[in-house]
Amino acid sequence: MKLSAIKAAVAALVLAATPALAQDKLLNVSYDISRELFEALNPVFAEAWKAKSGNDVTIEQSHAGSSKQARSILEGLPADVVTFNQETDVNMLAKGGMVAENWREAFPNGASPWYSAPAFLVREGNPKNIQNWSDLAREDVQVVFPNPKTSGNGRYTYLAAYAFGLRENNGDHEATQEFVRKIMANVPVFDTGGRAATQTFVERNIGDVLVTFEAETRQIAAQYADRGLVPITPPVSLFSAFPVAVVEENTEKNGTTELATEYLNWLYSPEAQRIVAEGGNRTANEEVTAEFADKFPQVELLTVEDVFGGWDKIESEHLASGGILDQVFTNQ
Amino acid sequence: MTRVLLIGAAFVLTAVLVVVPLVYIFVQALSAGWGAYVANILDPGTLHAIWLTTLVAVIVVPVTVAFGIAAAWLLSKFTFPGRGLLITLIELPFSISPIIAGICYLLLYGRQGYLGGWLAQNDITILFALPGIVMVTMFVTTPFVVREVLPLMQAQGSDQEQAAVTLGAGGWQVFRRVTLPNIRWALLYGAVLTTARAVGEFGGVAVVSGSIRGKTNTLPLQVELLFNDLNVVGAFAAATVLTLIALVVLVAKTVLERRAGRH
Amino acid sequence: MSPASAPAVRARAVLPGFRLTLGTTVLYLSIIVLIPIIALVLTGAGIGPGRLWAIITAPRTLASLRITITAAAIATVINAVYGLLMAWVLVRYRFPGRRLLDALMDIPFALPTAVAGLSLTALYSANGWFGAVLEPLGLQIVYTLGGIVLAMSFTSIPFVVRAVQPVLEELDPALEQAAASLGSRGFTTFRRVVFPAIMPAWLGGVTTSFARSLGEFGAVVFIAGNLPFKTEIASLLAYIRLEEYDYEGAAAIALVLMVLALVLLFVSNMVQLRAARYGAVTA
Repeated sequence: MKLSAIKAAVAALVLAATPALAQDKLLNVSYDISRELFEALNPVFAEAWKAKSGNDVTIEQSHAGSSKQARSILEGLPADVVTFNQETDVNMLAKGGMVAENWREAFPNGASPWYSAPAFLVREGNPKNIQNWSDLAREDVQVVFPNPKTSGNGRYTYLAAYAFGLRENNGDHEATQEFVRKIMANVPVFDTGGRAATQTFVERNIGDVLVTFEAETRQIAAQYADRGLVPITPPVSLFSAFPVAVVEENTEKNGTTELATEYLNWLYSPEAQRIVAEGGNRTANEEVTAEFADKFPQVELLTVEDVFGGWDKIESEHLASGGILDQVFTNQ
Repeated sequence: MTRVLLIGAAFVLTAVLVVVPLVYIFVQALSAGWGAYVANILDPGTLHAIWLTTLVAVIVVPVTVAFGIAAAWLLSKFTFPGRGLLITLIELPFSISPIIAGICYLLLYGRQGYLGGWLAQNDITILFALPGIVMVTMFVTTPFVVREVLPLMQAQGSDQEQAAVTLGAGGWQVFRRVTLPNIRWALLYGAVLTTARAVGEFGGVAVVSGSIRGKTNTLPLQVELLFNDLNVVGAFAAATVLTLIALVVLVAKTVLERRAGRH
Repeated sequence: MSPASAPAVRARAVLPGFRLTLGTTVLYLSIIVLIPIIALVLTGAGIGPGRLWAIITAPRTLASLRITITAAAIATVINAVYGLLMAWVLVRYRFPGRRLLDALMDIPFALPTAVAGLSLTALYSANGWFGAVLEPLGLQIVYTLGGIVLAMSFTSIPFVVRAVQPVLEELDPALEQAAASLGSRGFTTFRRVVFPAIMPAWLGGVTTSFARSLGEFGAVVFIAGNLPFKTEIASLLAYIRLEEYDYEGAAAIALVLMVLALVLLFVSNMVQLRAARYGAVTA
């Protein structure tokens, strides 16, 4: 009796869910704080793709800590492309056979369409006068940044602090580790993603300084203009590449390899790079860099290669179980 | 005197503990005005989350009801070895954290889990898609129908059914003509509870959803996602939809209780 | 222990449907509940006892378990008192608004826990209605143990009320009248006559409430602040370990919580069994 009504309702629901037209579709699995960035980028790409191929395209988004995302993909999250903030996380996919071994050569600039650096966001008027990494180790300073084990953002912060420590201590690893240990001990909570750390700092009012990508410090300071938060880019930081890759294992199955490649290539176009720079990220595009020159202070950016001898060494010496990170991360 | 004092305390405490948090959801959702509220509800991500949550409930509730009937029939009409084990398995999801359910599913159905390789070979997708969300929701809602129906079936005994069988009725006939009329209110009641729990599931789904915006985000996950997008008003707007569902559930529950009481 | 071995079945008579219902029940429980739990147990067994012990006794794990149990215990005490009060008022008194009050008891069950967490957090934070009053008094609720207690109390409100209500309704008022006629005063009557009768049901509700609080996640993560060693609950730690790709850590903590749930289930069944027996005696 009522069964027919239920059937009709189910049919209506199914119809409502079926897209009117078959569409090109891409799942971009990304890091936590790139939510707003890709929300700005994707519609512009959709237009460009429509003009080029005549097809509509939907870009689906998933955001969380970069390493968590890599693990989800290894567990079956059907990503077509990844836009991460750390090479280690793409490498993890390469090791799992999801991404080509030579993914760095697939796109310009080591497959990194933009970059940033860990920077600080402090409370109104900078009451604790936090200017540089050495201030983070002070006893009176509470620091907030995400968990280096789940978040690429947090890992860059750890590495940047380490790089700064090495330089201050003339390459003395023991003194550097003591310095980093002090900073880690000043962190009351390690959230699993960059955005959760921002929430902790902004909404929960925990900590004197948030360490996160420069892009996020700018965006949050602007969004919470009434709070008077001050973004500070320290004089020395670590060059943070944001690598992208096509997850071939999945795109071959989905038939999206071409679209995925096109999407990632488009991120290098002046059009996309301008949006990227507006979002507070630094780019390698000279024209765009010149346009936004006053927005980004000239600071010294150390590189992973120069300081640590590359990501392989970081993985084996720092990130491996029982490695240096585990030794200084005493409150994990 | 005691009476007035106790009733007063009951009202004040319930207002503080239950009513104000409920009202506050609407206050927050409307804090930026009706226009912003409507815009937040009509956000495609939120609309899709509403649709997905509905779909999950539409799949989960009938299956759980069918299971509940079968299990209640089995446990009330027959004694057999292993009966206690079955009851424990049915009850366990009630007191277990849904996060644990999610972890179990990841360890089993993840690509690197025990069945992961086999599932991938056969092109079966469970995690980070509808099947995983549905199955975890079934896990957490397993006990609800059985809990309502079993005690009733046990209390009513099997005499009526046995008489019907003796008179030559078949199994389905007995169930539809004799058992079902006796348990229908309890059954509906269990279905209502299941719906509430299915719609609101958060922890377990958080582990297996992959939080793809506009695709595998259920409504409770959408609330969290909007909150992390630093869109607090939007999060509360999405929350009002869940709250309204909860209020409908409550009304249905009250009505059913009265009906059941009369029978 | 093959449940399907037909001769062991003492079919109470000729009722059909044993195979069908057994098949359905076992199939559903296997796919949805049992096999996933076995995967957890296998993972736990694969860790090895030494490592398992090391994970469970790590300071952060122990702290998270202590915080979870402490908060759940306080929340349960609150609900034990509040639930008893509500059951008493709803059953024994007639007053305008009683039906509404009765229906409100189910709100915490019907409302998704994440929504409850979101609302409580906003309400008790410095610029929320309650927080604006409490924080100047030096009472901070959000991001403290108090917040966890609050969230757990909210989500487990229905259990004690709903357990006690029916028993109280069944209780013969003649007993109390007899006690009163013998000169017993209100509270003494309650303590001596009423409470012993409803105690098993009350204890059952308290146990359920405690179990539910131990497992609560959605409401707590919003309001707790999730600071390790201070406000990090065990199920959140399991979730974090999972995100860290530390499956062993996640599985070990999940196993501890599951064993805890099983023990409570056992206790609750014992209490209910007693309650049933008690009910049989008074009837």
